[in-house]
This record gives sequence, structure tokens and C-alpha cells, in this order.
Amino acid sequence: MTGGTWQIVTSSLPQIITAAIKYTIPLTLISFTLGLLLALLTAIIRLSPLRGPFQLIRGIFWGYVWLFRSTPLLVQLFIIFFGLPNLGIQFSPWAAAIITFTLNVGAYSSETIRAAILSIPNGQWEAALTLGMTRRQVLLRIILPQAARVSLPPLSNSFIGLVKDTSLASSITIVEMFTVGQQISAKTYEPLLLYSLVALIYLIICTLLTILQGYLEKWTSRYVPKQN
Amino acid sequence: MLKLEHVNKIYTGHHALNDINVTFPEHQTTVIVGPSGSGKSTLLRSLNLLERPESGRYHFDNLTLDFKQSLSEKAILKIRQQTGMVFQDFNLFPHLSVQKNVTEAPIHVLKQSPAKANANAKDLLAQVGLADKADQFPASLSGGQQQRVAIARALAMKPKYMFFDEPTSALDPELEADVLRVLLKLAQAHDSMIVVTHNMEFARGVADQIIFLEDGKISYRGKPEAFFTEPTQRIHDFLSAMNFMAKP
Repeated sequence: MTGGTWQIVTSSLPQIITAAIKYTIPLTLISFTLGLLLALLTAIIRLSPLRGPFQLIRGIFWGYVWLFRSTPLLVQLFIIFFGLPNLGIQFSPWAAAIITFTLNVGAYSSETIRAAILSIPNGQWEAALTLGMTRRQVLLRIILPQAARVSLPPLSNSFIGLVKDTSLASSITIVEMFTVGQQISAKTYEPLLLYSLVALIYLIICTLLTILQGYLEKWTSRYVPKQN
Repeated sequence: MLKLEHVNKIYTGHHALNDINVTFPEHQTTVIVGPSGSGKSTLLRSLNLLERPESGRYHFDNLTLDFKQSLSEKAILKIRQQTGMVFQDFNLFPHLSVQKNVTEAPIHVLKQSPAKANANAKDLLAQVGLADKADQFPASLSGGQQQRVAIARALAMKPKYMFFDEPTSALDPELEADVLRVLLKLAQAHDSMIVVTHNMEFARGVADQIIFLEDGKISYRGKPEAFFTEPTQRIHDFLSAMNFMAKP
């Protein structure tokens, strides 16, 4: 590595890391947390035995999942940030990014959670109901803790995917990690070096998350017998 | 007292319970027997409302339900809190320790203090011979041990009636004996029990009342003595098929 290259690395790394801390990580954490709550609500409503006019609510949530799973994330981001102002609804880039990522994560993860809830044997519901628990108690105390174990690997996938998808926020003027790399690369004419540095930071974040996933999986599976 | 009047349960094209009229006396053991598909489990599951019959009346102490009308959540919860159920395949909560399986409902449904629920669970687990397994997860126990935990879990709610749906069908004969001993102890203590079983030896040993179900209808209801010693031809055939020949 030449002295010039090394200088570019040492001067650009702090900027890239700052962008990660200021934008990429908070954008991911906030969007994923909100998205997960939305996903849980969506999954529960879609599985609930709503009757009569309340079926409309289930239909609305079905439509939401269908819409957000059937269109590209970048298009969703553009519609919310560039398109909605035509209807008089304007969001800051930060708010538009959080809304889009939350809705996208909510749609995908709701299917993960719905499948995990459905994978818990009906006998668990029946055993808890016969003990006099309400449906809400059964869901919160018996079904969801077991569904959490089942849904952890696919939800971790979504989480790690979101870390990388936040780079799309660069297209609506958010100066996150990727944008910072792009700007420095334009000044230094070192695209290979700069984009590799950006990739390295993504790699480090995602590796840490993968390790965390491993610990969480171990903890949530503590009651499952080890398979040989 | 638990009583059903003119109860009918119909699955698509199949009359699972056909005009059932029966009383389950308190402090007695009623054993329900019959061929597979005769409606035994449906009858038991109708008693704790896991199944909703289409018509008929249900009496539980001073509470009366008409199955033709929609049932209130409050009434359903009241009945379930006073009836314990033990399933064929145990259905323990795998993510909770044995102790927590037993204390979960007393703490969160009956609002018992954790100290009281834990002390009670300890006693119950000792009664079913599993005091040393309190901190383990269900998956580390044998089938017979899991079923005994399930019995302790149901008993922890201090139910007026205990329902057993083929409690030993999923067990090896050796493990079955441990569970049957617990059931026998409960019957001898005059708990109010309703047991669906294929084990005729056990039925003969503990039943105060035998119900023989066939095609969703009760074709015998009465003392076990007459059932086993003076069976009708049909009951004789059934007992023979179960490898249990009627003995004088």
C-alpha cells in the first residue's frame, strides 16, 4: 500500500464510520424495531378470528403485505419521498426513509411471524385454554415465546438485509455510509478502495449481528434437546 | 354437578354426538369407553368447550349454557378454570420448566402469589413423584413423567372436575403403570374424574360409572359390574376386540 493510499484510508475511514454511526445504524435499529412491532400486529390481525365487518381490517392488512412485498424497495422509497408531495404529503428524507423501511420490514416479517405462530402445535393453544387462560394470555405467554425461537433465523436475515438496504437512503439525499464513500471516491478517484472500505464496514456490522444471532438462537433454544 | 342434555355435535356429514344425555356425579369417576371414532374425545372436549356442540344444554353447578346461543367468554373461562384437562400427548409448555408449567396458570389466571403457587407446585410434583425434576425442561423427561407433570399442572388449578383424554395411549406399558397409579390415587381420593380410555382393566378398577359410546350415542351408562360381567352381545364383542374378555 502506497503512502497516498494509506492516507486516503486513514482520512476517509473516520468519515465512513461516522456516517455509519449517525445514519446507517440508527436508521436500521429504528426501522427494524418499528417494523417488527408492525409485523407482529399484522401477523396477529391476519390470524385473528375476526368476523363480520371486522374482516375488512384483516383485508386491509392483507393488502398492505401484498403491496409492499410485490414492489421494489427503491420504488417504495421514491413514491414516499418524491411522489407523495404531489398529494401534499411531504416528509423529510430521514422520516421518508424510516417510514419506507418500517413498512417494508413490517410486510416481510409479518409473514415470518405468522408462519412461526402457525408452526406451534394446536395442542399448545388447547392446553393453555383449558387452564382458563384468555386467548391474549395464551398468545403472549405460551405461543409467542415459542414462535420467537422459530422466527429468529429468518428475522435475523431480514435485519441483516435491512442494514444493507439502508444504502438505498442515499438516493433520497441521506448522507449515509455509501454516500460518504461515493463523495470521497469522486474526489480521490479511488473507487475500488473507497467502496471496499464501505463494504468492509458493512461486513463488520453484519458479522457482529451474525454472532449476536448465534447467541440469541442458543438462548431461545435452551429448552430444545440437542440433536446429534 | 356436570350434566349434558340433548347435546348434538355435527361435523360435515358426521353426527359425532347424537342426543347425549348424561350426568357426571361429583366425587365419582366416570369412564368413557367405545370404539375409535365413537365420539369419546368429542364428548370430553365438549365438556371444557374445546368443541362447541350445535345444540343441547350444559349444566355446571348453577351455570346453564344453551349451545344454540353464542356462549359468553366469561362463562367459558369460568368452566375452564374449574375443569382440568389431561391430553393424550401431554401438551406441556416446552419453553417453561416443569415447575413453571405447574405455576403458570395459578399465577396468571388465579392471581396466586408466586410464593403460594411455587409451594403448591412443589407439593403436587412430590405427589406425582417428580419433586426432583422441578427445574428441568419437559423435553428431558420421559413420556410417563411428562404426563404426570401434566396431571400436576391441571391439579394446580384445584378444579372441580378432572378430564383425562386417553392419558396413557402414547405411553409404553411400563411408563403407563406410573401414570395409572397417579390416576388411581386421585380416584381413591374421590376426586371428580371423567376418563376416556382404551384400558379396560383400569376402567374396571376405578370406574364408578361406565359410559359406552357408539356412533355418537350412549349405548350403556351404569355401574361397571354389569358392563363387564353381564355385557350385551355388542359390548361383549367390543371387549373381546379390546382383548378384554368379560369375566364373571
